[in-house]
Amino acid sequence: MIRILLPAHLRTLARIDGELLLAIEGEATQGSLLSAIEGRYPQLLGTIRDQITLQRRPFLRFFACERDLSHEASDTPLPGPVVAGEEPFIILGAIAGG
Amino acid sequence: MSKVRVLVGTRKGAFILNSDGKRQQWDVSGPHFGGWEIYHMKGSPVDPNRIYASQSSGWFGQLIQRSDDGGKTWEPVGNKFAYAGVPGTHQWYDGTPHPWEFKRVWHLEPSLHDPDTVYAGVEDAAIFRTTDGGKAWEEMPGLRGHGSGPHWQPGAGGMCLHTILLDPSDPQRIFIAISAAGAFRTDDGGATWKPINRGLHSQYIPDPNAEVGHCVHHIAMNPARPGVLFMQKHWDVMRSDNAGDSWQEVSGNLPTDFGFAIDIHSHEPDTVYVVPIKSDSEHYPLEGKLRVFRSRTGGNEWEPLTKGLPQQNCYVNVLRDAMAVDSLDDCGVYFGTTGGQVYASADGGDSWNAIVHDLPAVLSVEVQTLP
Repeated sequence: MIRILLPAHLRTLARIDGELLLAIEGEATQGSLLSAIEGRYPQLLGTIRDQITLQRRPFLRFFACERDLSHEASDTPLPGPVVAGEEPFIILGAIAGG
Repeated sequence: MSKVRVLVGTRKGAFILNSDGKRQQWDVSGPHFGGWEIYHMKGSPVDPNRIYASQSSGWFGQLIQRSDDGGKTWEPVGNKFAYAGVPGTHQWYDGTPHPWEFKRVWHLEPSLHDPDTVYAGVEDAAIFRTTDGGKAWEEMPGLRGHGSGPHWQPGAGGMCLHTILLDPSDPQRIFIAISAAGAFRTDDGGATWKPINRGLHSQYIPDPNAEVGHCVHHIAMNPARPGVLFMQKHWDVMRSDNAGDSWQEVSGNLPTDFGFAIDIHSHEPDTVYVVPIKSDSEHYPLEGKLRVFRSRTGGNEWEPLTKGLPQQNCYVNVLRDAMAVDSLDDCGVYFGTTGGQVYASADGGDSWNAIVHDLPAVLSVEVQTLP
């Protein structure tokens, strides 16, 4: 199971507490992970990536294993520790003010 | 006894205020959607418990929420706003072409006849419609297809379609307004649109009398007299007696004719309310005095209404969608400020009370008069 940490506003919208756990069928990539999140929680459609272009919303960042994965291609495989459930895939709002 | 429900959208959530017909004691619920911008909420005229809300965020984009129980509970519905065809370009602030990009929904206007049909005015300017209660939204492409779209330009708040007025006497007729393109009207249910800006004069565009390019801030209609429209333009308060075919200035003795909000008494179609703001760069009342101005003559002759409003050191703004009226016998008038106050008058504007004091900056105010 892949562990996902969502920003607080998206947890509220999805009505979940804490980490989200999801299984991915096939290769686990950033794109397939986001599709799985949106499939489980359709109310999150458009809040993480644009529904038409599928581009990450510009004020969100993707972190995992102490790395910034925000600019990875959507078909890039997720890091092994994320796939193994050892590390969470973190989606968070960019800091845009003090 | 009748009841009143006030729907308040703010920079950081939605608030719902309920009162009986006396409008003296108010119950405040909220924040709903705390931390999100609520540009607008509005209830269906045919099912008042059906309320739609535009919820947006710079981080997470646009959501549309729907309540079927008068705002007690909400469910997100569809939020995909895809422009029809190739979106093309409009003018940027410097006059260069800029691609059309969806940013947010400014205004939701439920149908007068069907609770599942709603019109949405969006930034970058376009009008969308749902006929299934908000699940799916489709652009009404005739507006941007009018041909003048490449000449539209954003106002300081963005290139927003902020006003949608449905004509109760003609289901095929809709009025809209865009900052800064101007006002448009369809007479065929949205298939085709025409600019209705004759008589507007705007110094900040190359041709002050151009067919499009005017920064219309808001338009108001009394449903009993839908052919008469009142407009708060960037500068100038205007009136049309022929459904927008031509406009005449009715600023009259206003101390400044810049402003955003404008509305009309429910039972007196020549009684009009505006909140004059000092200037386009000084978005606060003149002399620190918050004054609503009322005309009982359809414009030109205006009186200040001050009883119960702060008359010193007040430097708030009243935004374009932040004024509304109820339809009780003694018409109630309501407006919200960027300082977080919502003021109400239960006597047509003669006196005012802050029915809530310290909300986030108010973006919109709508009122439902309930049985």
